[in-house]
Amino acid sequence: MKLVIAVVKPHKLDDVKTALQERGVQGLTVTEASGYGRQRGHTEVYRGAEYRVDLVPKARIEVLVEDAEADAVVDAVVEAARTGRIGDGKVWTLPVDTAVRVRTGERGPDAL
Amino acid sequence: MLLLTAGPAAHAPAIDPGDTAWLLAATALVLLMTPGLALFYGGMVRSKSVLNMFMMSFVSIALVTVVWLVAGYTLAFGPDAGGAGLIGDLSHLGMHGVGPHDVTGHVPTPLFAAFELSFAVITAALISGAVADRARFGAWTAFVVLWTLAVYVPVAHWVFAPGGWVTARLHALDYAGGTVVEVCSGASGLALAMVLGPRIGFRKEAMRPHNLPLVLLGAGLLWFGWFGFNAGSALAADGIAASAFLNTQAAGCAGLLGWLVVEKRRDGHATTLGAASGSVAGLVAITPSCGSVDLLGAVAVGLAAGVVCSYAVSWKFRWGVDDSLDVVGVHMVGGVIGTVLIGLLATRTMTGGARGLLYGGGLGQLWRQAVAVAAVGAYAFAVTYGIGRALERAVGFRASEEEERTGLDLTLHAETAYDHGVLTHGTAHGALHAGHPGAVRPAPPAPDRSPFA
Repeated sequence: MKLVIAVVKPHKLDDVKTALQERGVQGLTVTEASGYGRQRGHTEVYRGAEYRVDLVPKARIEVLVEDAEADAVVDAVVEAARTGRIGDGKVWTLPVDTAVRVRTGERGPDAL
Repeated sequence: MLLLTAGPAAHAPAIDPGDTAWLLAATALVLLMTPGLALFYGGMVRSKSVLNMFMMSFVSIALVTVVWLVAGYTLAFGPDAGGAGLIGDLSHLGMHGVGPHDVTGHVPTPLFAAFELSFAVITAALISGAVADRARFGAWTAFVVLWTLAVYVPVAHWVFAPGGWVTARLHALDYAGGTVVEVCSGASGLALAMVLGPRIGFRKEAMRPHNLPLVLLGAGLLWFGWFGFNAGSALAADGIAASAFLNTQAAGCAGLLGWLVVEKRRDGHATTLGAASGSVAGLVAITPSCGSVDLLGAVAVGLAAGVVCSYAVSWKFRWGVDDSLDVVGVHMVGGVIGTVLIGLLATRTMTGGARGLLYGGGLGQLWRQAVAVAAVGAYAFAVTYGIGRALERAVGFRASEEEERTGLDLTLHAETAYDHGVLTHGTAHGALHAGHPGAVRPAPPAPDRSPFA
């Protein structure tokens, strides 16, 4: 199993969710996150003063998938989240040892 | 009823029922401005210190009222002590000799005292905006008491009392408190912001307002109350009161529009905070001038304040003085604009005598206005700086770094305004720090009688 983690622009969350549903993904977890990448945030002007905003709001999406599905899910997220402008985010995967469905106690891929 | 009140005071000056009715209503309007200010300021701070912001205004209502009734009223409006127009005497200490049959102008003296009290209350509360997020509450309460007696009361005597030197000797015009309320609170705010120093993160973080609907609601209440403030200052239900009323509306609107136009051109957006600040700037500027300019003058005063103040609020970043909620940029600058413009725009129809430069009055009135502004501003700044320094040394005015970072609501008041999220439900944020002043004692284990067990 693999854990796909995606940090994307918040307004692209709906597109990513739809794309994952179309790929048959059963569940996901979304958290409000903030951070920066190579663009190092941005500057904004408020009340006549300019501020450097380091931490830009993002949505962090976590999806547990079977190994064979991982690449396709990553591609689906990337395609749905891309605007082509800086700050589009990042997607990465991690190997997962085990997963348990709390209600039934099912383990491994059955728990997904 | 008439017989009852007329009996013992048959030879005293008559109470005018119309004037009295209007001033009763106007006083209540002005008293609503301080809770309105609490909303206006409370929405502008970050969510961790909003209750503290509210408390600084609400405690000012109580403290200034007590101080006023004990000694403030007599020092401000008692007979002039020494004849120099600097301070009142102590003949009305504890409101001695102020009863239902005493008359000031055409209204009962207790009502006049209450109307003037409402001005003292909001002026003290206004200063809190300059020290948002970082003032210790105990020190603030001491400050309000000392400041009211040492700064507000003398300045009110100079300008509002019949024998005050600004009114009686200098002959400067200040209809509803451009100097007493606006310049005074602004210069005091500047001094106190310098004493306390900037908030952690000043000039690095935007520290945006946490609740703009509160700010707009507060601005609306301030605007509403301002009709009592300005039109009530006629102390009569007459034509000047009506003109002051309309001038107030015109200037508030001109200020709002002026600020938004600058913002849109400069920053690309017309913001709600700009609308709130612009209307307040216009209202501030028309405060001294509402009784001496015509409608065209009122629009000019409001527009000038809206435009200039929208730039003035960013000067603090250049100077490094964290006037957090723009007491200086809006109230001091707006108060100076409104008071000085009387020297240009005063009309004889409104003043009954004095005229501004543009209406053939020469430079005389302009000079008198400038002197009044400079005197009040310098006095308020210097004395407030002294009081602030003394309190910082004696009891510590500035909150500790931990209090400031955690937020004053939790650390100083053991409360939070908002309960965010499922994980913190029922528990104040961060309240689990052991030994913390705001720490909530762990609850005893609850008996297990949950229906879901």
